[in-house]
Amino acid sequence: MKFLRSFLDKHKPAFEKGGKYSALHSLFAGVTFLYVPDRVTRSGCAIRDAVDLKRMMSVVVLALVPALLFGMYNVGYQHFLATGGEPGFWSLFLHGFWRVLPMIVVSYVVGLGIEFTAAQLRGHEINEGFLVSGLLIPMVMPVTAPLWMVGLSTAFAVIIGKEIFGGTGMNIWNPALLARAFFFFSYPSRVSGDKVWVDGLADGVSRATPLAEAYQGTPFTHDLGTMFWGLIPGSIGETSAFCILLGAVLLLVTGVASWKIMLAVFIGGAGTALLLQHALPDANPYSHVTVARHLLAGGFAFGAVFMATDPVTAAQTAAGKWIYGLLVGIVAIVIRVLNPGYPEGMMLAILLMNTFAPLIDWCVVQRNVARRLKRGKIPA
Amino acid sequence: MSKRITLKKGLDIKLQGEADARKIFRVSSDLYAVKPTDFRALVPRLEVRVGDAVRAGDPLFSDKYRPEVKFTAPVSGVIDAICRGEKRQLLAVTVKADEKITYKRFDVPPAGKLSREKIIELLLESGLWPLIKQRPYDIIADPSARPVAIFVTAFDSSPLAPDYRVLLQNDAAAIRAGLEALDTLAGGALHVNAREKDDWHFPDNARVNYFSGPHPAGNAGVQIHHLAPLHKGEIAWVVNLPDAALIGRFLLGGQVDPRKTIALAGSEVTEPAYIETIAGARIGSIVEGRLRDRGRQRVISGNVLTGDRVEMDSFLGFYHQMLTVIPEGDRPEFLGWAMPGFDKFSMSRTFPSFLFPGKRYRLDTNYHGEQRAFVASGQYEKVLPMDILPVYLLKAILAGDIEKMEQLGIYEIAPEDLALCEFACTSKIPVQEIVADGIALMMKELT
Repeated sequence: MKFLRSFLDKHKPAFEKGGKYSALHSLFAGVTFLYVPDRVTRSGCAIRDAVDLKRMMSVVVLALVPALLFGMYNVGYQHFLATGGEPGFWSLFLHGFWRVLPMIVVSYVVGLGIEFTAAQLRGHEINEGFLVSGLLIPMVMPVTAPLWMVGLSTAFAVIIGKEIFGGTGMNIWNPALLARAFFFFSYPSRVSGDKVWVDGLADGVSRATPLAEAYQGTPFTHDLGTMFWGLIPGSIGETSAFCILLGAVLLLVTGVASWKIMLAVFIGGAGTALLLQHALPDANPYSHVTVARHLLAGGFAFGAVFMATDPVTAAQTAAGKWIYGLLVGIVAIVIRVLNPGYPEGMMLAILLMNTFAPLIDWCVVQRNVARRLKRGKIPA
Repeated sequence: MSKRITLKKGLDIKLQGEADARKIFRVSSDLYAVKPTDFRALVPRLEVRVGDAVRAGDPLFSDKYRPEVKFTAPVSGVIDAICRGEKRQLLAVTVKADEKITYKRFDVPPAGKLSREKIIELLLESGLWPLIKQRPYDIIADPSARPVAIFVTAFDSSPLAPDYRVLLQNDAAAIRAGLEALDTLAGGALHVNAREKDDWHFPDNARVNYFSGPHPAGNAGVQIHHLAPLHKGEIAWVVNLPDAALIGRFLLGGQVDPRKTIALAGSEVTEPAYIETIAGARIGSIVEGRLRDRGRQRVISGNVLTGDRVEMDSFLGFYHQMLTVIPEGDRPEFLGWAMPGFDKFSMSRTFPSFLFPGKRYRLDTNYHGEQRAFVASGQYEKVLPMDILPVYLLKAILAGDIEKMEQLGIYEIAPEDLALCEFACTSKIPVQEIVADGIALMMKELT
């Protein structure tokens, strides 16, 4: 390690102002991924909390790992379920691994490439802003998504969703969901229907997700237990409620994600699902979809845990978090049940509430201002 | 009515090297100084030249815009240097101390006969007036103003803070005289904010309020927020109890005698203890020979959250009751953000420190990261026990939006009140600097 450090120290001046490679200064800043810089406090607090954005983001990445690994396994499982054959655990997993890995690589290469270029053009330092998004993007895609579409969606999300607003911390919409929304509206046949969720499906065969079954009113193939453990068709990372729960536990124990938002999304979703289940006439297929089925199906749990809680795009005041989370849950179920167009509503619900989060916060801030004006005068 | 207020939000950062109350060392310095940079927004006008002889209590410089506010020599001696920085900014006036201190005599009437005007005149003349600060803005009080109340803070809750009971163990008479004078200044609205466990016996005329909870429970701004929040146009004055005792000692003795006890604390001090010295003492005279030899160190006049970085040839800050010495953190750390980090302290639970609530840490001055845009939400609120939305206030300051700053509470805060926000910030945002800029902007626009 000494060698690495002295190598870096030796070449550092070349990347600084006036140095030979000063044009690539933003790239050298990437060294901070290897070493926490030796920078010390000058003014203000002499000591600083050990946490930084890299630490926070690496916790989220760690929380995604169970869902990701299971997603890889499930890709293999669904593939062999559809095509026949009874390979062992490792064959299933490796099949999925080799299907998913290229998507992850494409997402990171395209996303980081654009971020580096943007940092370079602006004279900023590169940062860790894409660490989480880069992994989330493939996890919310169907495994059959062509790599170039993954790349294009990523590019759209990073450029239009993030960089034009000023980069990390400035974006209005969750970049990963924006990538999926771009994909969804640009190539609808590749991200909906019964043929896209399982890799290597033969012509004429289809595999419906639980949400599609609810939408079409066909009998349910999967019981709640299977849905909880996650051996169902769906986007790569979203199927296993159990693995998402593991991630949620890590996010909540470390305090990286807001428990208020997470809880509020589930309360909003469960309440709306319960209401609609009983309010709808018997002829409506959704009157047979229970609360548990709603929460376990599709991207609800994944969205609630990993997407709605994105601190940049969610509401930021304490009261705002409750309102925002409740509305995400409510809108997601409303889109699923009452909108004739889409069987799934989580993505659109979160993006919609991302749009309204600043308004929610504005209202909370105004209430704070009004309350502070009304406070009592000094006792005589 | 006195109040009991329990605060839940905040953070006690447990550092190694708390000063031992049983050890009190006496230290005298060769040089003493008064530093104009200790006072927010002060433009000083120099009143001495190098080589002039001064007594303790003779003016060294005054406020250019309020010449009646004087800053006086803490000891008698000869002006040793007039230190200037960029653009000839006056940094310090140093006095080479006499062997035996001679004092300028002030004609102080007996306690019962002191009028408000006379007290103000005496404090201005003696150079003790700057001990009284004003909220909003955290600046030296305006002697012509009428404060709604005066708040005396009787404890310090910051990391490794000195115990005021130890600092003031021989000052009962001075405390009484100081509080009585402040009561006269306040026109009867004197609040003393203390901790229950300190068991002080204050004069009857003071309203004693008891605060408990983690830091910043001891900050005047936080206390005022809970007792009598300031609205636009209102002014409160604040004084630390040790400074109130200095005022009392002056009024009893008729001379400027700023002896004070401070804490010398921190993980790099061999024997953390209390030090009896005189205001403005040279840092080197206090810390030399008392530090561990394990790498570069940072000496801080004040506490680790709000204090000033000082060198050996600098001087104790005007308002400071402690010196803290911690290690410099100027070493790069391999994959530091990815390691478990058992020796690190974090308010977030992304480091294991939350599993060991009683552990004391040897924290250094490393930034632990780089500055980013605001990302994490809710963490500032955890350490600010005020009904204020800190991120929105900071953004209003950054945008220079005066109206928003007023609405969101700029009148109620000083940089020190948001120091813990700066400590805890994941994005490493210079919170105190932003607040100071905001205060400077308000003062520029509204006066």
